[in-house]
Amino acid sequence: MLHFDNPAIRIENLTKTFDDHTVLNGLNFDIPRGKITTILGFSGAGKSTLLKHILGLMQPTSGSIHVLDKDLSELNNVEQREFRRNFGMLFQYAALFDSLSALENVAFPLKEFTTLKEEEINVKCHALLESVGIQPISHDKLPSELSGGMRKRVGLARALALEPQIMLYDEPTTGLDPITTHMVNDLIVSTSDRNKDRQMTSVIISHDVKATLRISDFVAFLDRGNIVEYLAAEDFPHSSNELVQDFVNL
Amino acid sequence: MTTKSGTALQNFFLKPIESLGAMVLENLEGLGAFISFVLKAFFWFVRPPFRFRLYFEQLYFVGNKSIFIVLLSGSFTGMVMAYQTYFGFKLISVDSLVGPVTALTLAKELAPVLTGLIVAGRAGAAMTAQIGSMKVTEQVDALEVMGINSIQYLAVPRIFAATISLPMLSAIFLFIGNVGSYIVGTKFLSIDEAIYLSKLGSFMFLSDIWQGLIKATFFGFMIGCIGTYFGFNVTKGAEGVGKGTNLSVVWGMIMVLISDYFLTSFLIHIL
Repeated sequence: MLHFDNPAIRIENLTKTFDDHTVLNGLNFDIPRGKITTILGFSGAGKSTLLKHILGLMQPTSGSIHVLDKDLSELNNVEQREFRRNFGMLFQYAALFDSLSALENVAFPLKEFTTLKEEEINVKCHALLESVGIQPISHDKLPSELSGGMRKRVGLARALALEPQIMLYDEPTTGLDPITTHMVNDLIVSTSDRNKDRQMTSVIISHDVKATLRISDFVAFLDRGNIVEYLAAEDFPHSSNELVQDFVNL
Repeated sequence: MTTKSGTALQNFFLKPIESLGAMVLENLEGLGAFISFVLKAFFWFVRPPFRFRLYFEQLYFVGNKSIFIVLLSGSFTGMVMAYQTYFGFKLISVDSLVGPVTALTLAKELAPVLTGLIVAGRAGAAMTAQIGSMKVTEQVDALEVMGINSIQYLAVPRIFAATISLPMLSAIFLFIGNVGSYIVGTKFLSIDEAIYLSKLGSFMFLSDIWQGLIKATFFGFMIGCIGTYFGFNVTKGAEGVGKGTNLSVVWGMIMVLISDYFLTSFLIHIL
Protein backbone atom coordinates (compact mmCIF):
# COMPACT_ATOMS: atom_id res chain seq x y z
CA MET A 1 0.00 0.00 0.00
CA LEU A 2 1.11 3.55 -0.74
CA HIS A 3 1.46 6.32 1.81
CA PHE A 4 2.37 9.90 1.05
CA ASP A 5 3.76 12.82 3.00
CA ASN A 6 1.44 15.80 3.19
CA PRO A 7 -1.37 14.15 1.19
CA ALA A 8 -4.41 16.06 -0.10
CA ILE A 9 -6.72 13.49 1.51
CA ARG A 10 -5.87 11.12 4.37
CA ILE A 11 -8.39 8.44 5.30
CA GLU A 12 -7.89 6.58 8.57
CA ASN A 13 -9.88 3.54 9.72
CA LEU A 14 -12.96 4.78 7.89
CA THR A 15 -15.97 2.58 8.55
CA LYS A 16 -19.54 3.19 7.44
CA THR A 17 -22.41 0.91 8.28
CA PHE A 18 -26.08 1.21 7.34
CA ASP A 19 -28.13 -0.84 9.83
CA ASP A 20 -26.35 -4.23 9.70
CA HIS A 21 -24.65 -3.62 6.37
CA THR A 22 -21.02 -2.48 6.36
CA VAL A 23 -20.26 -0.46 3.22
CA LEU A 24 -16.80 0.83 4.13
CA ASN A 25 -14.74 -1.39 6.35
CA GLY A 26 -11.83 0.35 8.08
CA LEU A 27 -10.30 2.09 5.05
CA ASN A 28 -6.77 3.48 5.35
CA PHE A 29 -5.18 5.33 2.48
CA ASP A 30 -3.76 8.64 1.28
CA ILE A 31 -4.47 10.56 -1.90
CA PRO A 32 -1.42 12.58 -2.99
CA ARG A 33 -1.51 16.28 -3.90
CA GLY A 34 -1.33 17.38 -7.50
CA LYS A 35 -1.84 13.91 -8.97
CA ILE A 36 -4.65 11.97 -10.62
CA THR A 37 -5.79 9.11 -8.42
CA THR A 38 -8.51 6.72 -9.55
CA ILE A 39 -10.57 4.52 -7.27
CA LEU A 40 -11.63 1.47 -9.22
CA GLY A 41 -14.13 -1.13 -8.16
CA PHE A 42 -17.19 -3.16 -8.97
CA SER A 43 -20.66 -1.66 -8.69
CA GLY A 44 -21.71 -1.61 -5.03
CA ALA A 45 -18.11 -1.71 -3.78
CA GLY A 46 -18.64 1.52 -1.84
CA LYS A 47 -17.05 4.01 -4.27
CA SER A 48 -19.87 6.57 -4.18
CA THR A 49 -20.18 6.26 -0.40
CA LEU A 50 -16.45 6.97 -0.12
CA LEU A 51 -16.82 10.02 -2.36
CA LYS A 52 -19.67 11.38 -0.20
CA HIS A 53 -17.47 10.97 2.89
CA ILE A 54 -14.62 12.87 1.25
CA LEU A 55 -17.07 15.67 0.46
CA GLY A 56 -18.42 15.64 4.02
CA LEU A 57 -21.93 14.83 2.74
CA MET A 58 -21.92 11.67 4.88
CA GLN A 59 -20.60 11.16 8.38
CA PRO A 60 -18.48 8.07 9.08
CA THR A 61 -19.61 5.49 11.64
CA SER A 62 -16.01 5.52 12.84
CA GLY A 63 -12.62 6.70 11.66
CA SER A 64 -11.53 10.04 10.27
CA ILE A 65 -10.98 11.90 7.01
CA HIS A 66 -8.44 14.70 6.72
CA VAL A 67 -8.76 16.89 3.65
CA LEU A 68 -6.10 19.54 3.00
CA ASP A 69 -4.91 19.01 6.58
CA LYS A 70 -8.37 19.57 8.12
CA ASP A 71 -10.19 16.87 10.05
CA LEU A 72 -13.69 16.96 8.58
CA SER A 73 -15.25 15.69 11.80
CA GLU A 74 -14.05 18.82 13.61
CA LEU A 75 -15.92 21.16 11.27
CA ASN A 76 -19.47 22.18 12.09
CA ASN A 77 -22.17 22.28 9.40
CA VAL A 78 -21.49 25.86 8.32
CA GLU A 79 -17.71 25.33 8.26
CA GLN A 80 -18.20 22.14 6.21
CA ARG A 81 -20.26 24.04 3.65
CA GLU A 82 -17.57 26.68 3.34
CA PHE A 83 -14.87 24.04 3.20
CA ARG A 84 -16.68 22.28 0.35
CA ARG A 85 -15.76 25.21 -1.88
CA ASN A 86 -12.30 23.62 -2.06
CA PHE A 87 -13.91 20.87 -4.13
CA GLY A 88 -15.08 20.81 -7.69
CA MET A 89 -17.12 17.88 -8.85
CA LEU A 90 -18.05 16.48 -12.22
CA PHE A 91 -21.15 14.35 -11.77
CA GLN A 92 -21.94 11.17 -13.66
CA TYR A 93 -24.51 12.95 -15.85
CA ALA A 94 -23.02 16.45 -15.36
CA ALA A 95 -25.95 17.60 -13.12
CA LEU A 96 -26.29 20.91 -14.94
CA PHE A 97 -29.16 23.13 -13.78
CA ASP A 98 -31.66 22.55 -16.54
CA SER A 99 -33.29 25.97 -16.35
CA LEU A 100 -29.95 27.75 -16.93
CA SER A 101 -27.91 28.05 -20.13
CA ALA A 102 -24.39 26.63 -20.38
CA LEU A 103 -22.95 30.06 -19.62
CA GLU A 104 -25.30 30.65 -16.67
CA ASN A 105 -24.40 27.24 -15.25
CA VAL A 106 -20.72 28.17 -15.23
CA ALA A 107 -21.52 31.62 -13.86
CA PHE A 108 -23.64 30.17 -11.04
CA PRO A 109 -20.86 29.47 -8.47
CA LEU A 110 -19.12 32.75 -9.36
CA LYS A 111 -22.31 34.73 -8.72
CA GLU A 112 -22.92 32.86 -5.46
CA PHE A 113 -19.46 33.04 -3.96
CA THR A 114 -17.49 35.89 -5.49
CA THR A 115 -17.83 39.64 -5.60
CA LEU A 116 -16.89 39.80 -9.27
CA LYS A 117 -18.85 42.18 -11.47
CA GLU A 118 -21.27 40.86 -14.09
CA GLU A 119 -18.85 41.69 -16.91
CA GLU A 120 -15.90 40.02 -15.21
CA ILE A 121 -17.99 36.91 -14.61
CA ASN A 122 -19.02 36.90 -18.24
CA VAL A 123 -15.42 37.11 -19.45
CA LYS A 124 -14.31 34.38 -17.06
CA CYS A 125 -17.18 32.06 -18.04
CA HIS A 126 -16.49 32.46 -21.76
CA ALA A 127 -12.82 31.64 -21.12
CA LEU A 128 -13.70 28.59 -19.00
CA LEU A 129 -16.13 27.25 -21.58
CA GLU A 130 -13.62 27.73 -24.36
CA SER A 131 -10.91 26.03 -22.30
CA VAL A 132 -13.05 22.87 -22.24
CA GLY A 133 -13.81 23.12 -25.96
CA ILE A 134 -17.29 24.63 -25.94
CA GLN A 135 -17.67 27.04 -28.86
CA PRO A 136 -19.34 30.46 -28.30
CA ILE A 137 -22.32 29.38 -30.43
CA SER A 138 -23.28 26.89 -27.70
CA HIS A 139 -22.77 29.18 -24.70
CA ASP A 140 -26.41 30.25 -24.58
CA LYS A 141 -27.87 26.79 -25.15
CA LEU A 142 -29.81 25.00 -22.42
CA PRO A 143 -28.43 21.66 -21.18
CA SER A 144 -31.26 19.84 -22.98
CA GLU A 145 -29.92 21.24 -26.27
CA LEU A 146 -26.38 19.92 -25.66
CA SER A 147 -24.98 16.45 -26.35
CA GLY A 148 -23.83 14.19 -23.49
CA GLY A 149 -20.17 15.03 -24.11
CA MET A 150 -20.86 18.77 -24.24
CA ARG A 151 -22.82 18.60 -20.99
CA LYS A 152 -19.83 16.91 -19.35
CA ARG A 153 -17.55 19.69 -20.61
CA VAL A 154 -19.87 22.39 -19.31
CA GLY A 155 -20.09 20.49 -16.00
CA LEU A 156 -16.30 20.47 -15.85
CA ALA A 157 -16.12 24.22 -16.60
CA ARG A 158 -18.63 24.88 -13.80
CA ALA A 159 -16.66 22.68 -11.39
CA LEU A 160 -13.46 24.58 -12.22
CA ALA A 161 -15.01 28.05 -11.91
CA LEU A 162 -13.94 28.56 -8.30
CA GLU A 163 -10.47 27.07 -8.91
CA PRO A 164 -10.89 24.12 -6.55
CA GLN A 165 -8.02 22.44 -4.74
CA ILE A 166 -9.52 19.01 -5.31
CA MET A 167 -11.40 17.95 -8.41
CA LEU A 168 -13.67 14.92 -8.06
CA TYR A 169 -14.99 12.94 -11.03
CA ASP A 170 -17.86 10.51 -10.45
CA GLU A 171 -17.74 7.94 -13.25
CA PRO A 172 -17.04 10.68 -15.80
CA THR A 173 -17.37 8.53 -18.92
CA THR A 174 -20.44 6.48 -18.07
CA GLY A 175 -22.98 6.50 -20.88
CA LEU A 176 -20.68 8.11 -23.45
CA ASP A 177 -19.63 6.72 -26.83
CA PRO A 178 -15.95 5.64 -27.23
CA ILE A 179 -14.87 8.82 -29.01
CA THR A 180 -16.49 11.12 -26.45
CA THR A 181 -15.10 8.93 -23.68
CA HIS A 182 -11.61 9.45 -25.09
CA MET A 183 -12.21 13.18 -25.35
CA VAL A 184 -13.46 13.46 -21.73
CA ASN A 185 -10.44 11.47 -20.50
CA ASP A 186 -8.09 13.76 -22.41
CA LEU A 187 -9.87 16.72 -20.89
CA ILE A 188 -9.32 15.34 -17.37
CA VAL A 189 -5.58 15.04 -18.07
CA SER A 190 -5.29 18.49 -19.69
CA THR A 191 -7.28 20.05 -16.81
CA SER A 192 -4.93 18.45 -14.32
CA ASP A 193 -1.88 19.60 -16.31
CA ARG A 194 -3.19 23.18 -16.60
CA ASN A 195 -3.66 23.35 -12.84
CA LYS A 196 -0.41 21.63 -11.89
CA ASP A 197 1.22 24.84 -10.70
CA ARG A 198 -1.36 25.14 -7.93
CA GLN A 199 -1.19 21.40 -7.22
CA MET A 200 -4.83 20.63 -7.98
CA THR A 201 -5.59 17.04 -6.94
CA SER A 202 -7.87 14.91 -9.11
CA VAL A 203 -9.83 11.94 -7.74
CA ILE A 204 -11.73 9.77 -10.19
CA ILE A 205 -14.33 7.14 -9.33
CA SER A 206 -14.51 4.68 -12.18
CA HIS A 207 -14.83 1.10 -13.35
CA ASP A 208 -13.24 1.75 -16.73
CA VAL A 209 -9.86 -0.02 -16.42
CA LYS A 210 -8.38 0.98 -19.78
CA ALA A 211 -9.08 4.68 -19.34
CA THR A 212 -7.91 4.56 -15.73
CA LEU A 213 -4.55 3.12 -16.65
CA ARG A 214 -4.14 5.68 -19.43
CA ILE A 215 -4.88 8.83 -17.45
CA SER A 216 -4.11 8.09 -13.76
CA ASP A 217 -0.97 8.47 -11.72
CA PHE A 218 -2.20 6.13 -8.97
CA VAL A 219 -4.93 3.51 -8.81
CA ALA A 220 -6.72 2.12 -5.77
CA PHE A 221 -8.97 -0.91 -6.01
CA LEU A 222 -11.97 -0.97 -3.69
CA ASP A 223 -13.74 -4.23 -3.00
CA ARG A 224 -16.55 -4.75 -0.49
CA GLY A 225 -15.54 -1.72 1.53
CA ASN A 226 -11.80 -2.41 1.56
CA ILE A 227 -8.90 -1.05 -0.46
CA VAL A 228 -7.38 -4.31 -1.60
CA GLU A 229 -4.72 -2.79 -3.86
CA TYR A 230 -3.16 0.65 -4.25
CA LEU A 231 -0.35 1.14 -6.73
CA ALA A 232 1.14 3.51 -9.27
CA ALA A 233 -0.84 3.19 -12.51
CA GLU A 234 2.06 1.58 -14.39
CA ASP A 235 2.37 -1.12 -11.70
CA PHE A 236 -1.34 -1.78 -11.38
CA PRO A 237 -1.70 -4.32 -14.26
CA HIS A 238 1.08 -6.38 -12.65
CA SER A 239 -0.65 -6.62 -9.28
CA SER A 240 -0.56 -10.03 -7.66
CA ASN A 241 -4.08 -9.56 -6.32
CA GLU A 242 -6.42 -12.03 -8.00
CA LEU A 243 -9.42 -9.71 -7.94
CA VAL A 244 -7.41 -6.97 -9.60
CA GLN A 245 -6.14 -9.41 -12.22
CA ASP A 246 -9.72 -10.53 -12.92
CA PHE A 247 -10.82 -6.91 -13.22
CA VAL A 248 -7.91 -5.87 -15.45
CA ASN A 249 -8.21 -8.88 -17.73
CA LEU A 250 -11.99 -8.73 -18.17
CA MET B 1 -45.47 -27.53 22.00
CA THR B 2 -47.38 -25.40 19.51
CA THR B 3 -49.67 -27.24 17.17
CA LYS B 4 -50.02 -26.35 13.50
CA SER B 5 -53.55 -24.98 14.00
CA GLY B 6 -52.32 -22.97 17.02
CA THR B 7 -49.64 -21.30 14.92
CA ALA B 8 -52.16 -20.55 12.19
CA LEU B 9 -54.50 -19.02 14.76
CA GLN B 10 -51.64 -16.91 16.18
CA ASN B 11 -50.76 -15.71 12.68
CA PHE B 12 -54.40 -14.92 12.00
CA PHE B 13 -54.54 -12.56 14.99
CA LEU B 14 -50.96 -11.31 15.12
CA LYS B 15 -50.34 -10.51 11.44
CA PRO B 16 -52.93 -7.72 11.19
CA ILE B 17 -51.71 -6.21 14.48
CA GLU B 18 -48.10 -6.38 13.24
CA SER B 19 -49.08 -4.74 9.95
CA LEU B 20 -51.02 -2.04 11.76
CA GLY B 21 -48.06 -1.39 14.08
CA ALA B 22 -45.67 -1.19 11.14
CA MET B 23 -48.00 1.24 9.36
CA VAL B 24 -48.30 3.47 12.45
CA LEU B 25 -44.51 3.48 12.92
CA GLU B 26 -43.94 4.30 9.25
CA ASN B 27 -46.40 7.18 9.36
CA LEU B 28 -44.95 8.52 12.61
CA GLU B 29 -41.49 8.37 11.07
CA GLY B 30 -42.81 10.28 8.05
CA LEU B 31 -44.45 12.89 10.28
CA GLY B 32 -41.21 13.30 12.23
CA ALA B 33 -39.23 13.74 9.01
CA PHE B 34 -41.77 16.31 7.78
CA ILE B 35 -41.62 18.33 11.03
CA SER B 36 -37.83 18.22 10.96
CA PHE B 37 -37.91 19.47 7.34
CA VAL B 38 -40.23 22.37 8.27
CA LEU B 39 -37.98 23.34 11.20
CA LYS B 40 -34.93 23.31 8.91
CA ALA B 41 -36.81 25.53 6.44
CA PHE B 42 -37.55 28.00 9.29
CA PHE B 43 -33.91 27.92 10.35
CA TRP B 44 -32.65 28.64 6.83
CA PHE B 45 -35.32 31.30 6.22
CA VAL B 46 -33.78 33.58 8.82
CA ARG B 47 -30.16 32.89 7.87
CA PRO B 48 -28.23 34.79 5.20
CA PRO B 49 -27.69 34.82 2.29
CA PHE B 50 -31.13 36.13 1.34
CA ARG B 51 -31.62 35.45 -2.34
CA PHE B 52 -34.46 37.91 -3.07
CA ARG B 53 -34.41 37.14 -6.79
CA LEU B 54 -35.51 33.57 -6.04
CA TYR B 55 -38.32 34.84 -3.79
CA PHE B 56 -39.66 37.09 -6.55
CA GLU B 57 -39.37 34.34 -9.15
CA GLN B 58 -41.43 32.03 -6.98
CA LEU B 59 -43.95 34.74 -6.11
CA TYR B 60 -44.41 35.25 -9.84
CA PHE B 61 -44.82 31.52 -10.44
CA VAL B 62 -47.14 30.71 -7.52
CA GLY B 63 -49.01 34.02 -7.46
CA ASN B 64 -49.17 35.68 -10.87
CA LYS B 65 -49.41 32.49 -12.84
CA SER B 66 -52.37 31.32 -10.72
CA ILE B 67 -54.39 34.51 -11.17
CA PHE B 68 -56.22 33.48 -14.33
CA ILE B 69 -57.44 30.16 -12.95
CA VAL B 70 -58.43 31.86 -9.67
CA LEU B 71 -60.38 34.54 -11.56
CA LEU B 72 -62.14 31.90 -13.61
CA SER B 73 -63.09 29.63 -10.72
CA GLY B 74 -63.88 32.57 -8.40
CA SER B 75 -66.32 34.22 -10.78
CA PHE B 76 -68.19 31.02 -11.59
CA THR B 77 -68.30 29.94 -7.94
CA GLY B 78 -69.87 33.29 -7.00
CA MET B 79 -72.37 33.03 -9.84
CA VAL B 80 -73.40 29.47 -8.96
CA MET B 81 -73.66 30.37 -5.27
CA ALA B 82 -76.00 33.25 -6.13
CA TYR B 83 -78.25 30.97 -8.17
CA GLN B 84 -78.37 28.20 -5.57
CA THR B 85 -79.07 30.45 -2.60
CA TYR B 86 -81.60 32.51 -4.53
CA PHE B 87 -83.87 29.56 -5.37
CA GLY B 88 -83.59 28.18 -1.84
CA PHE B 89 -84.17 31.53 -0.14
CA LYS B 90 -87.06 32.44 -2.41
CA LEU B 91 -89.06 29.59 -0.87
CA ILE B 92 -88.96 31.35 2.49
CA SER B 93 -89.04 34.87 1.03
CA VAL B 94 -85.56 35.95 2.09
CA ASP B 95 -84.09 36.24 -1.41
CA SER B 96 -82.74 39.69 -0.49
CA LEU B 97 -80.13 37.87 1.62
CA VAL B 98 -78.46 36.24 -1.38
CA GLY B 99 -75.70 38.88 -1.37
CA PRO B 100 -74.53 38.56 2.24
CA VAL B 101 -74.89 34.78 2.36
CA THR B 102 -72.82 34.34 -0.79
CA ALA B 103 -70.28 36.88 0.39
CA LEU B 104 -69.93 35.30 3.85
CA THR B 105 -69.60 31.80 2.44
CA LEU B 106 -66.99 32.99 -0.01
CA ALA B 107 -65.06 35.02 2.56
CA LYS B 108 -64.95 32.42 5.31
CA GLU B 109 -64.82 29.15 3.40
CA LEU B 110 -64.97 28.97 -0.35
CA ALA B 111 -62.33 31.55 -1.25
CA PRO B 112 -59.53 30.19 1.00
CA VAL B 113 -60.41 26.51 0.56
CA LEU B 114 -60.94 26.53 -3.21
CA THR B 115 -57.88 28.74 -3.74
CA GLY B 116 -55.94 26.32 -1.54
CA LEU B 117 -57.09 23.34 -3.60
CA ILE B 118 -56.28 25.14 -6.87
CA VAL B 119 -52.78 26.13 -5.70
CA ALA B 120 -52.13 22.64 -4.26
CA GLY B 121 -53.02 21.14 -7.63
CA ARG B 122 -51.10 23.67 -9.70
CA ALA B 123 -48.15 25.09 -7.79
CA GLY B 124 -47.76 22.39 -5.11
CA ALA B 125 -47.50 19.69 -7.78
CA ALA B 126 -45.06 21.81 -9.79
CA MET B 127 -42.85 22.34 -6.71
CA THR B 128 -42.60 18.59 -6.14
CA ALA B 129 -41.95 17.87 -9.81
CA GLN B 130 -39.27 20.58 -10.12
CA ILE B 131 -37.36 19.65 -6.97
CA GLY B 132 -37.92 15.92 -7.54
CA SER B 133 -36.46 16.00 -11.03
CA MET B 134 -33.52 18.05 -9.74
CA LYS B 135 -33.01 15.41 -7.06
CA VAL B 136 -32.94 12.45 -9.44
CA THR B 137 -30.60 14.23 -11.87
CA GLU B 138 -28.17 15.10 -9.04
CA GLN B 139 -28.77 18.86 -9.37
CA VAL B 140 -29.62 18.99 -5.66
CA ASP B 141 -26.33 17.19 -4.90
CA ALA B 142 -24.54 19.70 -7.13
CA LEU B 143 -25.88 22.54 -4.97
CA GLU B 144 -24.76 20.79 -1.79
CA VAL B 145 -21.29 20.09 -3.20
CA MET B 146 -20.95 23.80 -3.98
CA GLY B 147 -21.71 24.49 -0.32
CA ILE B 148 -25.22 25.80 -0.96
CA ASN B 149 -27.94 24.54 1.36
CA SER B 150 -30.52 23.00 -0.93
CA ILE B 151 -33.40 23.59 1.51
CA GLN B 152 -32.53 27.28 1.71
CA TYR B 153 -32.10 27.58 -2.04
CA LEU B 154 -35.02 25.48 -3.26
CA ALA B 155 -37.57 25.06 -0.47
CA VAL B 156 -37.55 28.35 1.44
CA PRO B 157 -38.43 30.65 -1.52
CA ARG B 158 -41.25 28.31 -2.58
CA ILE B 159 -42.73 28.03 0.93
CA PHE B 160 -42.47 31.81 1.33
CA ALA B 161 -44.12 32.44 -2.05
CA ALA B 162 -47.00 30.05 -1.33
CA THR B 163 -47.56 31.57 2.14
CA ILE B 164 -47.65 35.13 0.76
CA SER B 165 -49.50 34.39 -2.48
CA LEU B 166 -52.37 32.35 -1.16
CA PRO B 167 -54.08 35.08 0.90
CA MET B 168 -53.69 37.46 -2.05
CA LEU B 169 -55.18 34.92 -4.46
CA SER B 170 -57.92 34.20 -1.94
CA ALA B 171 -58.73 37.94 -1.78
CA ILE B 172 -58.95 38.02 -5.58
CA PHE B 173 -61.21 34.95 -5.50
CA LEU B 174 -63.42 36.65 -2.91
CA PHE B 175 -63.66 39.87 -4.91
CA ILE B 176 -64.40 38.28 -8.26
CA GLY B 177 -66.80 35.80 -6.64
CA ASN B 178 -68.78 38.68 -5.20
CA VAL B 179 -68.77 40.46 -8.54
CA GLY B 180 -70.15 37.28 -10.15
CA SER B 181 -72.78 36.91 -7.45
CA TYR B 182 -73.77 40.59 -7.76
CA ILE B 183 -74.17 40.34 -11.55
CA VAL B 184 -76.24 37.15 -11.38
CA GLY B 185 -78.27 38.38 -8.40
CA THR B 186 -79.11 41.85 -9.71
CA LYS B 187 -79.11 41.38 -13.51
CA PHE B 188 -80.47 37.85 -13.96
CA LEU B 189 -82.44 37.21 -10.78
CA SER B 190 -83.85 40.73 -10.45
CA ILE B 191 -82.77 41.42 -6.87
CA ASP B 192 -82.83 45.16 -6.29
CA GLU B 193 -79.28 46.56 -6.48
CA ALA B 194 -79.72 48.87 -3.50
CA ILE B 195 -81.13 46.09 -1.31
CA TYR B 196 -78.35 43.71 -2.40
CA LEU B 197 -75.67 46.19 -1.41
CA SER B 198 -77.30 47.41 1.80
CA LYS B 199 -77.81 43.83 3.06
CA LEU B 200 -74.22 43.06 2.16
CA GLY B 201 -73.09 46.04 4.25
CA SER B 202 -75.29 45.00 7.18
CA PHE B 203 -74.16 41.38 7.46
CA MET B 204 -70.59 41.35 6.26
CA PHE B 205 -67.79 42.46 8.60
CA LEU B 206 -64.06 42.87 8.26
CA SER B 207 -63.50 40.02 10.72
CA ASP B 208 -65.15 37.66 8.21
CA ILE B 209 -62.60 38.62 5.60
CA TRP B 210 -59.76 38.27 8.12
CA GLN B 211 -60.90 34.77 8.96
CA GLY B 212 -60.57 33.73 5.32
CA LEU B 213 -57.21 35.43 4.86
CA ILE B 214 -55.71 33.83 7.97
CA LYS B 215 -56.87 30.44 6.76
CA ALA B 216 -55.45 31.07 3.29
CA THR B 217 -52.08 32.05 4.77
CA PHE B 218 -51.93 28.80 6.72
CA PHE B 219 -53.02 26.76 3.68
CA GLY B 220 -50.30 28.43 1.60
CA PHE B 221 -47.67 27.55 4.18
CA MET B 222 -48.85 23.93 4.32
CA ILE B 223 -48.97 23.58 0.53
CA GLY B 224 -45.45 25.03 0.22
CA CYS B 225 -44.07 22.71 2.89
CA ILE B 226 -45.80 19.61 1.50
CA GLY B 227 -44.86 20.40 -2.12
CA THR B 228 -41.18 20.90 -1.33
CA TYR B 229 -40.96 18.06 1.22
CA PHE B 230 -42.21 15.48 -1.28
CA GLY B 231 -39.83 16.92 -3.89
CA PHE B 232 -36.83 16.34 -1.63
CA ASN B 233 -38.01 12.80 -0.87
CA VAL B 234 -38.30 11.68 -4.47
CA THR B 235 -36.35 8.52 -5.28
CA LYS B 236 -36.13 6.11 -8.20
CA GLY B 237 -36.07 8.33 -11.25
CA ALA B 238 -39.00 9.50 -13.34
CA GLU B 239 -41.39 7.03 -11.72
CA GLY B 240 -40.48 8.45 -8.33
CA VAL B 241 -41.12 12.01 -9.54
CA GLY B 242 -44.60 10.95 -10.68
CA LYS B 243 -45.34 9.24 -7.37
CA GLY B 244 -44.01 12.18 -5.37
CA THR B 245 -46.12 14.65 -7.34
CA ASN B 246 -49.20 12.52 -6.85
CA LEU B 247 -48.59 12.26 -3.10
CA SER B 248 -47.95 15.99 -2.86
CA VAL B 249 -51.27 16.89 -4.50
CA VAL B 250 -53.24 14.36 -2.45
CA TRP B 251 -51.69 15.39 0.87
CA GLY B 252 -51.85 19.08 0.01
CA MET B 253 -55.58 18.87 -0.64
CA ILE B 254 -56.26 16.64 2.36
CA MET B 255 -54.36 19.00 4.65
CA VAL B 256 -56.29 22.01 3.34
CA LEU B 257 -59.60 20.31 4.11
CA ILE B 258 -58.58 18.89 7.51
CA SER B 259 -56.88 22.03 8.77
CA ASP B 260 -59.87 24.07 7.57
CA TYR B 261 -62.04 22.41 10.23
CA PHE B 262 -59.57 23.03 13.05
CA LEU B 263 -58.82 26.59 11.94
CA THR B 264 -62.53 27.36 11.70
CA SER B 265 -63.23 26.02 15.18
CA PHE B 266 -60.32 28.11 16.52
CA LEU B 267 -60.88 31.34 14.58
CA ILE B 268 -64.61 31.44 15.22
CA HIS B 269 -63.83 32.01 18.91
CA ILE B 270 -61.21 34.70 18.51
CA LEU B 271 -62.57 36.78 15.61
